[in-house]
Amino acid sequence: MLIETLMAVTFVGSLVAFVAPNRYAGELAAAISVLPLVGSLVMYSRFDGSGNALLEGGSLAFENSAEWITLGSYSLNWHVGLDGISMPLIVLTTVLTTLAIVSAWTPIDERQSQFYGLVLFMEAGLLGVFAALDFFVWFVFWEAVLVPLYLLIGVWGGPRRKYAAIKVFVYTNVASLAMFIGFVALVFNLPVDTFDLPTVAQSLNAGELTAPSWTSVSTLKNAAFLVMFAGFAVKVPVVPFHTWLPDAHVEAPTPVSVLLAGVLLKMGTYALLRFNFTMLSDVAAANAELIAIFAVVSVIYGALLALAQQDLKRIVAYSSVSSMGYVILGLVAYTTYGVGGATFQMISHGLISGLMFMAVGVIYNTTHTRMVTDMSGLADRMPVTVGILIGGAFGYMGLPLMSGFAAEFFVFLGAFRSGTLSGAPVFTAVAMFGIVIVAGYLLFAMQRTLFGPFRLDTDYEVTRAPLHDVAPLFALLLLVIALGVAPDLFFEMIRDAVNQMPLVEAGLGGGH
Amino acid sequence: MAAYELPTWAALAPALILAATSLVLLVVDSIDPDSSNRPALAGTATAGSLLALAVTGWYLMAGVGDPNGRGVIELFGGQLVVDQASLLFTFIFTSVTSMVTVASYDYLRDHSYQAEYYSLIMLAATGMATMASATSLATVFVSFELLSLSSYALVAFLKENRGSVEAGLKYFLVGALSSAVFVYGISLVYAVTGSLELAAVAEAAAGTELVGVLGVGVLLVLGGIAFKTASVPFHFWAPEAYEGAPAPISAFLSSASKAAGFVVAFRVFTVAFPVDAFLDMGIDWVFAIQILAVVTMTLGNFAAATQDEVKRMLAYSSVGHAGYALIGLAAITGPNSELVLGAGMMHLLVYGFMNTGAFLFIALTEYWDVGRTFEDFNGLAARAPVASLAMTVFMFSLAGLPPFGGFASKYILFMGAVNAGFWWLAAIGAINSALSLYYYSRVVKALWIEDPGDDVASIGIRSQPVGLYAAIVVAAVVTVALLPAFGPVSSTAVDAATTLLP
Repeated sequence: MLIETLMAVTFVGSLVAFVAPNRYAGELAAAISVLPLVGSLVMYSRFDGSGNALLEGGSLAFENSAEWITLGSYSLNWHVGLDGISMPLIVLTTVLTTLAIVSAWTPIDERQSQFYGLVLFMEAGLLGVFAALDFFVWFVFWEAVLVPLYLLIGVWGGPRRKYAAIKVFVYTNVASLAMFIGFVALVFNLPVDTFDLPTVAQSLNAGELTAPSWTSVSTLKNAAFLVMFAGFAVKVPVVPFHTWLPDAHVEAPTPVSVLLAGVLLKMGTYALLRFNFTMLSDVAAANAELIAIFAVVSVIYGALLALAQQDLKRIVAYSSVSSMGYVILGLVAYTTYGVGGATFQMISHGLISGLMFMAVGVIYNTTHTRMVTDMSGLADRMPVTVGILIGGAFGYMGLPLMSGFAAEFFVFLGAFRSGTLSGAPVFTAVAMFGIVIVAGYLLFAMQRTLFGPFRLDTDYEVTRAPLHDVAPLFALLLLVIALGVAPDLFFEMIRDAVNQMPLVEAGLGGGH
Repeated sequence: MAAYELPTWAALAPALILAATSLVLLVVDSIDPDSSNRPALAGTATAGSLLALAVTGWYLMAGVGDPNGRGVIELFGGQLVVDQASLLFTFIFTSVTSMVTVASYDYLRDHSYQAEYYSLIMLAATGMATMASATSLATVFVSFELLSLSSYALVAFLKENRGSVEAGLKYFLVGALSSAVFVYGISLVYAVTGSLELAAVAEAAAGTELVGVLGVGVLLVLGGIAFKTASVPFHFWAPEAYEGAPAPISAFLSSASKAAGFVVAFRVFTVAFPVDAFLDMGIDWVFAIQILAVVTMTLGNFAAATQDEVKRMLAYSSVGHAGYALIGLAAITGPNSELVLGAGMMHLLVYGFMNTGAFLFIALTEYWDVGRTFEDFNGLAARAPVASLAMTVFMFSLAGLPPFGGFASKYILFMGAVNAGFWWLAAIGAINSALSLYYYSRVVKALWIEDPGDDVASIGIRSQPVGLYAAIVVAAVVTVALLPAFGPVSSTAVDAATTLLP
């Protein structure tokens, strides 16, 4: 019942925050969000699952199943549980939410209680997405995340917030619908009368799919894979489905950008891993080269787009497109280090992009500009913030002993030796070139904004940021370093889960 | 409790309580004709409907009307019946009535004739409860008229408001015409079968030669029911009436009265005109209902999308929802028909809460004199966050988005239609549902995202009316809670549908 308690506490907490007076809503929300944070850490410390949530073999942690709705022969059940893939994501969600709430104290200066209520509601939804093991339950949470996101961007966002909010809403809703149709088309042609994800995954892997008379099984599989991939690719986002992301990021208030890049994008890659790459692994393997092209294009094109930006927030936003490309490449490699590295990259990127967005937010709070051309020499005036920002950028570039290095190293190692992806070394080499561009645009932007003589093209006094703005940054930097030094904090449990997946090759890939 | 058996007539307790409450209100009014004691009037009406609600809930849980529990109870020689379908729908009616009476307390602050108002609501609710139990075309018609006559007066209740009076008159004229159509249809059915009791009609119709007359009779009965459920082409009174009526009455009519029309439709068409036998005779009423469903949801949704006033948009969207509920009847020729018919009932139950809540939010804005158009709602969330949050729940639930009750009911409805082989009905429904997101989200956008204009900033949110707020919050909480609690709802509805089907 721990998972349910965690979600219930967060949900009730969101209602409490919603009706609290604006004056101390921020502090109250932070206190509330500590409860799920502590809960998730307790779960992490007691985690004893082995195996993959969707596949036979091994055991799940904190699993719970209860009858919910029965209709004729169909049943929709409450089924939750965690494995090595979802556990780190749950911890990531609770950590980032707490830090995002603290980082919101300065920039959010109107309708605070509503803001924090919606953030906590979104957290409850995210926890559900990563824990649910029944498609119906999972879809409810998946969509539940959208409603607060729409309002958070639309109400508290920048000047073009209405446009951005509606764009996000329409894009992701259409994507959800496509994915929904794809999955339901599969289930209706399986002999099982249930939406239980493990049952469906096992039935699909056992080859029990039948097709209606007017089509063939392989056509149905390919079509469902395509529709689901497109649906999730919007969320990830994969080039060319990424155009909603910069608008959303630039208009969203900083704490929402943190959660959007840190956790919400992971919903897409998590779902790809669970649905496309676990349930339809043969289709994924058969189209490995095509998917890898999407991945590599996302890496390079996203990085080039970031290189062309003048707005610090846009730079970080586009770099997410690039980083998520590594995740796709790791998934399609189908090796322990590839898929495991992809999962690790989800966590690592969540922390680093959260750190970068927060740091840019702190700079914006004091200078009221984000344009690279408007400022220089910030390092003199706000040394702590700038120091942490540089640390985060090093993590992004993949400096050793930072989590970004571990994640990218695993992905490249896994992708290079991939057995399913023909021409794997070429794809890997091209993707690795992305690191060079990342280093290029980050160093270029930092050199112009942070160093040199101090100059600011606005009227604002630049002062040191308050402690509660810098503390979350510091906490994130510590986590980034901790995961870089000891990737096994998460990697061990991730490896147990991904090794169960069909087609995943241990071997060099397998490591231990 | 088992040792003590209630008399059979006690099965009608919900309807009797509602009728008694109406009489009590009239007595109070004749003792104190000025009816200045608003809390006592609203309190009596609410207590009566809550008591009826509690008794209904108790019966449902105790297994009254459940063939596997205490069995279906027939009364007055088969004129009325208490089964799971009647109890489920009475549950909807009494819940909506309770919310409406609570909300009316604030809404009616400056109006006269309050006792009459509550008394009429109670009478209308009595009519609905009897409609749910009626198993003879005669009792159907009588309860139908009890509901209709009370509704006409309620719609025209705002005497000083031209819109209200005009709407009442329009409603009355169309209603009178459809009553004539309905009763003419009944007379034709009676002419062919020589019976008014639903089961006997089905039996007698089986061997008849007069197929043509019977067919016309069925069609006319369908017309009468389509009026009550506000289905196209008998819908054109609905937007006018819902718009002109006091907003709590709009809530009452568009949720409860519509559900009452549907319970009659479900019972009459499944019991009196069993689909297989009638198809053999060449009377294809399912086809007529399929057309009705498709046209109703499409027309309702397109009309709703083009409105500038929120109340009118809700009125048209309510026409659209009638189309969704009709799927329950339109898909019963396939396998697993109890699933899709039950899904129609589930949707009506969820709709009872989310739609009532939405109209009560309109009542709140009318109370504040906010204005009627989408623009008038701009920035209201900054002034009234709790009510706006509730309205957001209603809008997204009506659009069928998770995590609200409307998602589950729509989802099961469409899944039921696919299961019964009517994937095209489900597809049209899903497309309509996606379209509806456009105009529902317009309300959310106005409330939360748009900045209030200069004149909006000055609107007098004078006070936070307790009654209206309570009703809205209850409706919102139930709309959210219905999703996790969907297990018992769905099983009751499917059982109710099973008892109706042959």
